[in-house]
Amino acid sequence: MTADTRPTAAAPADLMVELTGIHKEFGHGHGAVHVLRGVDLTVPRGSVTVILGPSGSGKSTLLRCINELEDITAGSVVVDGERMGYRLDDKGVLHRLHPKVIARQRRRIGMVFQRFHLFPHLTAAENVMEAPLRVRGLSKDDARAQAEELLHRVGLSDRAGHYPAQLSGGQQQRVAIARALAMDPELMLFDEPTSALDPELVGEVLAVMKDLAKSGMTMIVVTHEIGFAREVADDVVFMDQGVVVEQGPPSAVLDAPRERRTRDFLAHVL
Amino acid sequence: MSDPIPNRIHARGVPRPGRWVGAVVVVVIAAMAIHGLVTNETFRWDTVWLYLRDIVVIRAIGWTLILTVGSMALAVVMAVVLAIMRRSDNPVLRGVSWFYIWFFRGTPVYVQLVFWGLISVLYPRLSIGIPFGPEFFAFTTKDVITAFWAALLGLAFNEAAYLAEIVRAGLTSVDPGQAEAAKALGMKDATILRRIVLPQAMRVIVPPTGNETISMLKTTSLVTAVPFTLDLFYATNAIGNRLYQTVPLLVIASIWYLVITSILMVGQSYLEKYYGRGFGTESSARRRRGGPGGRPSRQAAIAAAGTTTDDPFIEVTP
Repeated sequence: MTADTRPTAAAPADLMVELTGIHKEFGHGHGAVHVLRGVDLTVPRGSVTVILGPSGSGKSTLLRCINELEDITAGSVVVDGERMGYRLDDKGVLHRLHPKVIARQRRRIGMVFQRFHLFPHLTAAENVMEAPLRVRGLSKDDARAQAEELLHRVGLSDRAGHYPAQLSGGQQQRVAIARALAMDPELMLFDEPTSALDPELVGEVLAVMKDLAKSGMTMIVVTHEIGFAREVADDVVFMDQGVVVEQGPPSAVLDAPRERRTRDFLAHVL
Repeated sequence: MSDPIPNRIHARGVPRPGRWVGAVVVVVIAAMAIHGLVTNETFRWDTVWLYLRDIVVIRAIGWTLILTVGSMALAVVMAVVLAIMRRSDNPVLRGVSWFYIWFFRGTPVYVQLVFWGLISVLYPRLSIGIPFGPEFFAFTTKDVITAFWAALLGLAFNEAAYLAEIVRAGLTSVDPGQAEAAKALGMKDATILRRIVLPQAMRVIVPPTGNETISMLKTTSLVTAVPFTLDLFYATNAIGNRLYQTVPLLVIASIWYLVITSILMVGQSYLEKYYGRGFGTESSARRRRGGPGGRPSRQAAIAAAGTTTDDPFIEVTP
């Protein structure tokens, strides 16, 4: 028997992310926009989940709800057994958590943005070192050693002293991945990481992400890269109009979609 | 030496007679103005020359500079606090900041300075203790808040209200994605502000603050309202009154204000270049030449990243 780190059965203990009945409404009253309309989703530890869907389907919002960048209107987000943003006491009363506690919860979750959002006043190495220094309280030497290692891992050892403005889009996104990994996360969220890149730069970012998946990182990836989904994903989720339309292994969802909306979407992107 | 570009264009420029006409008009007007100044007996240039470098005047310049720098330094610190309060989630802090800015922008600085001068009359004793309860420590107001401190605090409290709006505009100019990325890394709000947002906001905050400093230099002439009697304007006026020659001493004051303003303007233009307001070719050229490292390239990098936006309404002058 070969040792497979990927869990096959989704026993509760193996779940990294558990989303239950997520609703998200932006605004109030008549102007309110109901973006997520009851999403249930589980992500096993060590698995790669790719979320597909047309723009406006709520996939990015769902991702941002997982690390509390958006607070949900209804439902619950549980990451690694811990409920995000709220605490239910013995009497069944729900309490909002203090911002400092939420900040602590976010440390276990790395995020990579479509527009990179590197800190422009810091060099590549300083970008990677910033959170370990200020949040984890690492010493400067340790943080620098870790940054060098991470930049090497994303193939940018020779760019450590460069400012983001001096790097190409693909290089910036790889630094952003290294920056997220510097917090030693258990879960990585990717919000359309290649959508803002020139076509010839997409490959280098996807290669880093594939490496990361191979190392056993739990990943949730919102993307339009069907090839990446087919090759790397354990689970493909197709969303439309704020709900999960179809979910399953790539062979099922991408090659033999059951739902008409999935087929229409795939016909458009492929 | 052969030119690598064949048939290089050598053409005559477009005639611009308007420039020559304009130049002649300006020269004539300038000559008339200077002639009028020099020949007008009332200006008493001999007195101007005699008192221009008078020790009392030079000392007064020192006091004016101390007031300018001191009140600006205090105002900057207060303004950052006020701007952060203004953006806070806490409605009490927001309200206090709003009220402060409303009050200190809404009343003339001259009137505020008069009140600062009267503070020891209005409140002869100041004490620290439990409100409406026992006092731990008390002092006589006029021993602590002298005319100098009344002037400095008065100028700083007023200026802080204006600077707070500049700082707020600077903080708002930073791309919200920056704070979001920092949040996603698990940083606390205070850390995000100090490490990520403020350094980028400086590009927008610094140039108008230079403007405010030049403005403050001249506002110090109002400390006569306190009354503080050692600054440049009061000192020259006092000499003028003593000699019954007000005009030449006003000329002296104007000359010195112009000299200091010119020096401050040079400093301001360096600061603006440094903080990369004019994104232009210079910063990108420096980047190519100098490579990474060093603060100028760091500021150029912020400018080039375009994570801050320019606000055309930020130039606030009282």
